[in-house]
Amino acid sequence: MEDILLIQAIERYLDGSMLPDEKAYFEQLRKNSPEIDQMVVEHSMFLNQLNALADRQHFKQTLHQTHQKLVNEGVIDEGTIVQTQSKIVSLWHKYKRVTAIAASVAGAIAIITSAIFSYFSPAVNANQIQQLSKDIEVIKRNQQVQGNIINEVKSKLPENARLISGGTGFLIDPKGYLITNAHVLRGSGAIVVNNKGQEFTASIVNIDPKVDLAILKINDKDYKPLKYIPYNIAKNSGDLGEEIFTLGYPRNEIVYTQGYLSAKTGFDGDTLSTQIQMSAYPGNSGGPVLNKKGEVIGILSTRQTHADGITFAIQSKNIYHLVNHLNDSDTASGFSKIKLPARSYIMNNSREEQVKKMEDCVFLVKAYNN
Amino acid sequence: MKAELNEQALLKGLAENDTKAIETIYKNNFNMVQSFIINNNGTYDDARDIFQEAMIALYEKAKSESFVLTSKINTYVYSICRRLWLKRLQQMGRFVLQTDSLEETVQIEDDLEMHEKRNAEFTIMERALNSLGEPCKSLLEGFYLKKLDMQELAKAFGYTNADNAKNQKYKCLTRLKKLFFTQYNIGE
Repeated sequence: MEDILLIQAIERYLDGSMLPDEKAYFEQLRKNSPEIDQMVVEHSMFLNQLNALADRQHFKQTLHQTHQKLVNEGVIDEGTIVQTQSKIVSLWHKYKRVTAIAASVAGAIAIITSAIFSYFSPAVNANQIQQLSKDIEVIKRNQQVQGNIINEVKSKLPENARLISGGTGFLIDPKGYLITNAHVLRGSGAIVVNNKGQEFTASIVNIDPKVDLAILKINDKDYKPLKYIPYNIAKNSGDLGEEIFTLGYPRNEIVYTQGYLSAKTGFDGDTLSTQIQMSAYPGNSGGPVLNKKGEVIGILSTRQTHADGITFAIQSKNIYHLVNHLNDSDTASGFSKIKLPARSYIMNNSREEQVKKMEDCVFLVKAYNN
Repeated sequence: MKAELNEQALLKGLAENDTKAIETIYKNNFNMVQSFIINNNGTYDDARDIFQEAMIALYEKAKSESFVLTSKINTYVYSICRRLWLKRLQQMGRFVLQTDSLEETVQIEDDLEMHEKRNAEFTIMERALNSLGEPCKSLLEGFYLKKLDMQELAKAFGYTNADNAKNQKYKCLTRLKKLFFTQYNIGE
């Protein structure tokens, strides 16, 4: 209790709130008692310390407020986070409309592009697969080189007709029915040329772009039906590793090529076709693929563009489907039913004899536009 | 000459706790210090800490009676910040100061020593206050630090009258004093 009274007195003495009498008495007390004097000094120092602390805390507060104020005013840049956000927000406000327009234009273009793309792209991957029909430039060049200009003049092509593609076709009925690829017949009409260079007019009897097969009928008075067709059409697709060969017109001359059956399905697992290892060129399209017994097991159609010798043939059983369908529908007047060759006559012949007997049945197909 | 007078006026304002003067000094110096610290492995928070520490040093120097500032304010502030940041970097164990002082600096070692001593004292006082416990701590803080009126304090704390509160305050103060001086003397 005494201590408290003393402190109270010292505080009053220090802040000068003592009455003059009291003060004089207290100063006398300080002089006489060193303990009290010490206490006064100590307390004075202590109070100064406390005041200084109070002062500093107050100043810190002021600094803090100043800092906050300057940040808000933008004088102080407290790092990029705040800045970027406001920048992005302001940019967004500024370019909102432009962005919206750009986005809708981009959207429209994307839709149009994909529409165009899906409309024009073929069913199979056009980049990886190449159809083996020849285009006109190649044919023309070959014709000039071989000096067939006179033949061309006497051609059975209608006047002003433009050749647009060429390929191979082969007989499936001696009456003049040929099978070829649908993609060979890109024009409005077709003529066929036999291995001796003789031309015949032909009409398209049936075409199925889905299986990529077409049936042509030679309706030319110059055409003399063959007695028989030496090969037959197989109903199965052959065995892996089986030796095969084809005849076709990558040039204006009939060309023989051989290879082997390498897979039972075609490009990308296509079950309508088979994969064969053989070099094929534009113009081979529509050519017959035969095994060594002289049975047609497929129709050469496409090749893989970036791989050497990988060729695809449509399985021969599709010919049956197509022909049966045609025979059943029996739409065309004057259409005599197609009778597919039943057996191979060249089963036991040597390859040279097989080819020799077949040559007459394999035709060059030229499609034209008029 | 005019600039010098301006600076004197600013420092006077600073010593008197004038908000305008504090703001001006802050504005004129902060960005320089911030870029220095950011360029030397510091963060924005570091920059703020160090700069405010320097401001406190300047403030307390400006308040002292023997105050003479022999250099420009920005040179002084920059020198202090540089020194403080160097020290902080050393403590963190990554001493990599990239800008090798192209800026003018002044001798501030003595001032800093003073400043640090004062900091230590304040730390002792704050620690003593914290170990007092309630309601002593709040009562003393209210009276001595926030300079609140004894009547109000009595009311706020629920004492029946100001005298009781005053008595209580003196008891607390005695305890605080004891705590402070024990610490203080050990510290010395």
